[in-house]
Amino acid sequence: MDPKVVLSLENITKRYPGVLALNKVSINFLEGEVHALLGENGAGKSTLIKAVAGAIDIDSGLITINGHAFRKISPHISRELGVEVIYQEFNLVPALSVAENIFLCEKNEQSALFSAKDIEKKAAAVLAKFDVNLSPRSMVQDLSIAEQQIVEIAKAVSKKVKILIMDEPTAPLTVSEIELMFKIIKQLKEQGVTIIYISHRLEEVFRISDRVSVLRDGCFVTTVNTADTNRQELINLMVGRELKETYPARIKPQGEIALEVTNLSGNGNRDISFAARKGEILGIAGLVGAGRTELAQLLFGAVPAERGEIVIFGSPAKISSPLDAIKHRIGFLTEDRKGQGLFLDMSVKWNIVFPILKRISKHSIVDTQKEEEIASHYKERINIKTPSLNQQVINLSGGNQQKVVLAKSLAAESDILIFDEPTRGIDVGAKQEIYHLMTELAGDGKTILMISSDMEELLGMSDRILVMCEGKLAGEVHKENFNQRVILDLASGSN
Amino acid sequence: MDTQTDTLNNLGSRILSALKKNVPFVILVFLLILFSFIAPNFMTFGNIRTLVRQISFAGISAVGLMFVMISGGIDLSIGSQIVFSNVLLAIMMADWKLPLSAAIPLIMLVGTALGTINGLLYIKLKIAPLIITLGTSAIYKGFGYIINGSRNIMGFPDSFRWFGQGYVGGIPVPVIVLIIVALIGSFVLTKTYFGRKVFALGGNEEAARLAGVNIDRMKVILFMICGFITSITTILLLSRVFAGQTITGQGLEFDCLTAALLGGVSFKGGEGSIFGLMVGILIIGVLNNAMQLANFPDFSQTVVKGTVLLIAVAFDVYQKRRKSKVIVANTAS
Repeated sequence: MDPKVVLSLENITKRYPGVLALNKVSINFLEGEVHALLGENGAGKSTLIKAVAGAIDIDSGLITINGHAFRKISPHISRELGVEVIYQEFNLVPALSVAENIFLCEKNEQSALFSAKDIEKKAAAVLAKFDVNLSPRSMVQDLSIAEQQIVEIAKAVSKKVKILIMDEPTAPLTVSEIELMFKIIKQLKEQGVTIIYISHRLEEVFRISDRVSVLRDGCFVTTVNTADTNRQELINLMVGRELKETYPARIKPQGEIALEVTNLSGNGNRDISFAARKGEILGIAGLVGAGRTELAQLLFGAVPAERGEIVIFGSPAKISSPLDAIKHRIGFLTEDRKGQGLFLDMSVKWNIVFPILKRISKHSIVDTQKEEEIASHYKERINIKTPSLNQQVINLSGGNQQKVVLAKSLAAESDILIFDEPTRGIDVGAKQEIYHLMTELAGDGKTILMISSDMEELLGMSDRILVMCEGKLAGEVHKENFNQRVILDLASGSN
Repeated sequence: MDTQTDTLNNLGSRILSALKKNVPFVILVFLLILFSFIAPNFMTFGNIRTLVRQISFAGISAVGLMFVMISGGIDLSIGSQIVFSNVLLAIMMADWKLPLSAAIPLIMLVGTALGTINGLLYIKLKIAPLIITLGTSAIYKGFGYIINGSRNIMGFPDSFRWFGQGYVGGIPVPVIVLIIVALIGSFVLTKTYFGRKVFALGGNEEAARLAGVNIDRMKVILFMICGFITSITTILLLSRVFAGQTITGQGLEFDCLTAALLGGVSFKGGEGSIFGLMVGILIIGVLNNAMQLANFPDFSQTVVKGTVLLIAVAFDVYQKRRKSKVIVANTAS
C-alpha cells in the first residue's frame, strides 16, 4: 500500500512587492516521512512553511492537509489539523517553567484555574517520551538552547502534532545534542508524524531524511529519494549550476606573531594562552558552552578580562572595552549579527562606515562623499548584493547581511579579525564567497580567529585549531594532524 | 501626448507617496485650512504669531527630548526641571540681585546639572529612564516648591523682558530661539558623527557598544543636552511670565512628548527628524490655539490633548507594524 499523503501543496504562488517568493510550487508530503526542504537563502523555504502554517496568505494554489483543502488557511485551523512549526527563534516564555510553556495555550475544560501539579504531571509524561533529563519545573530561561528546543518539540507533541516543521533545528546545537535531536526525530517518525526538515547542512539531510525537495528562486526543482542522490547533485540542484564546495588552497603562514595571549581569564574562561601569526587562520573548536564566544568577547573587550595579558605585535595591549580593541585594530564579527552586529533600520553604507566615522569626519562632520566611496569600495570588493547603498540592511538576505558585518570590520582596517560562526545560516554560494574572502584576507597578512561549529569548515579553512572545553584550552591541533575524531575528543574533555 | 500624461501620472503618484510618508504634515495643513474656515480670526498674522510663540517653549525643550528619545530614552522630568530652575532663577535675580550676565549662565549650568543627574542615575542604577525621570521629576518639582515657599517672586531687571517678550524684526524672540535650536539640533543629528551615534544607540545599543561607542558617556551627554536645552526654555518662560511661580513649566513634557510622537520620533528610539518634530509641535500649537479661540473650557482641552497623544502613539505603532510587514515581505525566503 502506498503511504498516505498528509500534506499536499498544489501550485502555491506567493508574490511580495518586487519578488515572486513562490512560483507554482507543488510538493506532496507523506505520512511518517522525514522530508528535507533544501534551497539557498531566498529560495522560498521560509515562505513555504509560513504558507502551510497559515502565517501568510498565499495568492493562489491549494493546500490540502489530511484531506481538507484550503485556498486560505488561518494559523488556528492549521494548528487544529496538527501542523506545528518550530522556528529558529523560539516561542517560549523565559520566566515560566517548562510545564507552563508546554501547556501555555492549553485550555482546561474543567476549571478556569490551572493546577501546577496537574500540568507538571502531564509535561513529565510528554518529556518521558524523549528520554531526556529535564524537569518540568525548570525555568525556561535557565535551559540550554538544546533543552529549549526540546521544550518546543514537547509543546508540539502535546498538541498531537501530525506535521512537524523544523526550521534549521540543529543550527545552534552541539554534536551530542544533534544526536539527541535525531533520536527524537526518529521516535516521532515512528509514531507516524511527518517531519519537514529545513537545514543547510547536507550531511544531516543524508542522515535523517527519507526524501528531499529542492527549491530554487521560488520554484520547485524536484523531489528525490535521499538514498538515490548524492551531495554534489543536491548542491547542483540548489544552485542550478556546478558549484564545488571546496576550500581555497592556502600556503602555510610564516609571518611574525600578531597576537599573543597569556593566562587570559574571565567571562567563565580560565588561563587561556595562545599565539597567532600574521596571515594565519586560527580555528577555535569546541562544543556550545565551551567558552569560545566568551573568549572572543574577552579579546575584544566586550567583557573585560579579570587577569591575563594580551600582546599585539610585540607590545602589551590593555583591552578593557571594545573601543580599546578597535584602537588595537581588532575586529569582531559577532555570531548574532542581527542582535550585535547590525543596525537593521539603517542603510548599508551607514552600517559599513559606522565604526570609522571619526576617520571620515572633519570637525565632527561626516564627509558623506568619503562615506559613499568607502561603502561602495567594500560593496564591490566583497560583492554585497544590494540594489543600492541606501537600502536598509533589514531588507538584505542573511548572507548579504553577514557581508555587511564583514565590510564593517574591513573598513576599520583591522589586523586581527575574530569571526564567530561566520557562515551560520547562510547558503552554499555565499559560504564559498566568505571562504575566499577569508583566504584573501589571510593572504593580505590579516590574522583570523575563526570560531565555528561546522567541523568541516573548521578543518578546511584553518591552519591550526585550538580546542576549547569548559572554559579552558583543551588542546591545539596542527594542520598535519587534522582529524575530526581528535578534535571531538578534546572538545568533549575525554583526554 | 502619451508621454505627457505619463509624466503627469508619474508626478501624481510621486506626490501621493510623498504625502503618505508625511502624514503629520498633511494633518497640519488640513488643520490649518479647517480652522481658517471655522474661525475667521485664526489665520491672521497676529494670531499665528501668538500661536507660534505659545508653542515655541515646548518646542525648544522637545528638541532636547528628541535627542534622548532617538537614543532610546525618555525624559519625563522636563517640566519639573523648569519648575525648579524657574524659581531658582527668579530668586537669583530678585533676592540675590545677581546681574543677568551672571544669573543666566548660572541657570544654564544648573539646568545642565539637572539633566546630568538624570543621566548619571540612569547609568549607575541601570533602571529604565522612564522610571528614573519619573522619580527625579517629583524631586525637582518638590525642591522647586521648597525654595519658592509659595511666594510670587517679582522684581527682575527690565532688560530681562526681552527674552520672552521681545521681537526681532517682528518675530518673537522665543520663536527665533526655537528656530536656532532646531537648526543646530538638525545639523548635529544629521551631519555629525555624534548624531549618528545617537541613532546607533537607539537602533541597536549592543551593536553600538561593540562598534566602540562609549554607551554610558553617550547616555549622560544626551540627558545633559536635554537639561541644557530645557534651561533655555526656563529663561524664556520666566521672562515671558515675569514672575517666579511654581506653576510655570509644569507638565510641559506632555506637549514635548506628544509633538515628538506626532512628528514620527519613535518611542523605541533610532528614528526621528527635526522636521517631523516641528510639524508635531505646530499641530499641538494649532490645536491649543484653536481651542482657546473657540473658548473650550480648560478641562476639555486636556481631554483633547490626551486623545491626540494616544492617536500619536497609535500612529507610531501602526507605522511600525506596516513597516515590519514590508520587512517580512522583503526578507521572506
